[in-house]
Amino acid sequence: MSATSSTIVNLPDQKTATLPKRNYLNNEDGLLSWLFTGDHKRIAILYLISITFFFFIGGAFAGLIRLELLTPQPDLVASDTYNKFFSMHGIIMVFLFLVPSVPATLGNFLMPIMIGAKDLAFPKVNLLSWYLYWVGGLFTLAALVLGGVDTGWTFTTPLSTHYLNTHVVTAAVGIFIIGFSSIFTGLNFIVTIHRMRAPGMTWFRLPLFVWSNYAASLLMVLGTPVLAITLVLVALERTIGIGVFDPTKGGDPLLFQHLFWFYSHPAVYIMILPGMGVISEVISTFSRKRVFGYTAVAFSSVAIALFGFFVWAHHMFIMGVSNYSALVFSLLTMLVAVPSAIKIFNWAFTLQKGSITFETPMLYAFGFMGLFTIGGMTGVFLGALGMDIHLTETYFIVAHFHFVMVGGMLMAFLSGIHFWWPKMTGRMYPESLSKLAAVTTFIGFNLTFLPQFILGYLGMPRRYHAYPPEFQVLNVLSTAGATVLGVGYMLPLLYLGWSLKYGAIAGNNPWQATGLEWQIQSPPLTENFIEVPVVDHEAYDYEWLAHKTEQEVTTVG
Amino acid sequence: MIVATRPHTHETAQPEEHAHVALPQHRHHFETQEQQREAATFGMWLFLLTEIMFFGGLFFSYLLYRNWYYDAFVAASNQLSVPLGGTNTAVLITSGFCMAIAVWAAEVKKKGLLVVTLILTMLFGCIFIGIKYDEYHEKWEKHHIPGEHFDVAEFVNPHAYGLKEAPLAPDAAKKTQIFFSLYFAMTGLHALHMIIGLGILVWLTLRAHRGDFTAGYVAPIENFALYWHFVDIVWLFLFPLLYLINRHPV
Repeated sequence: MSATSSTIVNLPDQKTATLPKRNYLNNEDGLLSWLFTGDHKRIAILYLISITFFFFIGGAFAGLIRLELLTPQPDLVASDTYNKFFSMHGIIMVFLFLVPSVPATLGNFLMPIMIGAKDLAFPKVNLLSWYLYWVGGLFTLAALVLGGVDTGWTFTTPLSTHYLNTHVVTAAVGIFIIGFSSIFTGLNFIVTIHRMRAPGMTWFRLPLFVWSNYAASLLMVLGTPVLAITLVLVALERTIGIGVFDPTKGGDPLLFQHLFWFYSHPAVYIMILPGMGVISEVISTFSRKRVFGYTAVAFSSVAIALFGFFVWAHHMFIMGVSNYSALVFSLLTMLVAVPSAIKIFNWAFTLQKGSITFETPMLYAFGFMGLFTIGGMTGVFLGALGMDIHLTETYFIVAHFHFVMVGGMLMAFLSGIHFWWPKMTGRMYPESLSKLAAVTTFIGFNLTFLPQFILGYLGMPRRYHAYPPEFQVLNVLSTAGATVLGVGYMLPLLYLGWSLKYGAIAGNNPWQATGLEWQIQSPPLTENFIEVPVVDHEAYDYEWLAHKTEQEVTTVG
Repeated sequence: MIVATRPHTHETAQPEEHAHVALPQHRHHFETQEQQREAATFGMWLFLLTEIMFFGGLFFSYLLYRNWYYDAFVAASNQLSVPLGGTNTAVLITSGFCMAIAVWAAEVKKKGLLVVTLILTMLFGCIFIGIKYDEYHEKWEKHHIPGEHFDVAEFVNPHAYGLKEAPLAPDAAKKTQIFFSLYFAMTGLHALHMIIGLGILVWLTLRAHRGDFTAGYVAPIENFALYWHFVDIVWLFLFPLLYLINRHPV
């Protein structure tokens, strides 16, 4: 599938084209110039390498889990080892991959360029975030090497504080430190968006990717500290025995749940909102239209962030919250579906009568829309009080949040990586392989997680390493799907690595997109812009772009 | 078209004295010194917002348990020393006052006054920590530190319901441990913030002595003052919540 008339790829003449002589990648040489960099683009690359590393560790644990569940018997590992597998899978994937993935890589790289700034407001704080990420990551890995954690990623008390004698404190310290990394990233983004916009870049000219990162940053800044203090209390309870969560001393385990989910439900939106921003960019570019209802999509990001703070107790419907609060939280939970649906419908309207082309990022974006819709709809099931009592702690839950976070977030991440790969590296990825990877991922994903909805509905509980034989067929399907999915994830790693050296030269604007990031050279200069741009058009204004191309104005140095 | 030199459209006018002078502290990615200062201040306010949420978890827990274990919390709070806590409140407010003068001194470029007020701020901060240490030490001797050696013998209901001081019911007595858990968590976290602040103050004082902040670059002093006042304000909530309210129930 090479570029045909149905694509919009606009590459320079490959015989004469070269990468720009001076860019952020070769501006300075040596490992130290990377480790002490203040450049948001280089920090984004550091993050990209780091989160890929952790993603494959977390993925390896997912593979082990699926391998154990291939047969009904507990034959691969003992139950406590299995508990450690899913705990490490959850902890690594949530805190070290999903939460930082889009903001810390794509957001770091693109957000300052998109608003016409030379860098984030606090470059040193940005670098500090990356170091904190690694310190926290090393603590988490230490917990793993020393013998693991078996509380699940939720650290639920009194399980974590009394009954399980594993390295909970080490892991909690790790998450605490990673939390600060997240807080600083969010803080940096908010200040940058408020104070560093180029002249003419008004709030309603911001690309939707910036809006969604702004909303996610609000959640990071307001939610993460509450998680931090909760983990401090868990660690204090384990080490010196203060009784805040310990029922034998009058403490309340339910308090832990309130504090933990006050962060950890909004954390889902920290994960998904930046992904939604990616999808807005991709859908607009490959249908050559302004995003339908731009303002509604922008505000729906903020609405999701706001509502996200008022739904946490739906994690506790079966844990003893009162009927009245359960009803209220059930209603509030369903309300989040409204801004989410606004986005999905507006993307659909954007596609309508657009000049749609199916580049790889668009394939992933379609994957996102389908899978996130299923994930979101099943979320409404779970928000409904009666249904939740039947389905909670079953594989239905597992399937639901994997549809949202893996089917949604990860698809969006891959979409964004492919979309901006030419900008980040100056080179294209191989077209046919990448399309194969997108399709493989989509098929593998559905094969893995659709059977789990049925398993959950039939009553198979999560977090068990053995199950009744009648569930085996569906589990075998799911494990087979996980294998396909693994192949789908390995492919981009291989061909993107290949493209770094052998990929076609991309030129400044291969997709003929409108964002400021496409008007500068690829890869960009260290200072992004030679002169500060003055913005005089709306986001996604393709007529402006056509006009501009005629004049052949460029900012390439 | 997209390329143009940036006109001077930035909302805030620059102070005259450094309109055309790039100070050495000016970072390359800011267009103006004023933009840099605004960004730093805004960042500090946001950071303090995260701090409010950080302490918020503890305040929430405290209010919840105070509501549940009212008698235990009344009895336990009577073991705290109001004179010591009150003195510390006064000390902390004085320290904050010194810090406010330090900001003014930096803005009007009085180097000597700036250094002196920074040192005074530090001094009062140290007195606060000293008194706090004394209080902690007393709790240690009375076995009021939560854990295995926690001793409930001294907790009484002061003048409860018009009667003489009465010993606490056994189940309520156990709950006093939660009060002290939260007391140590909250005041400990507050003290940790003070100690971090004192460390930064040492560094700021050295730089002030070198003359860094009396040439038109005052953002670090201003932003540290915001932090220091925040720590004061947290104490102004902690003091009544832990020491004062409902010492004598009706």
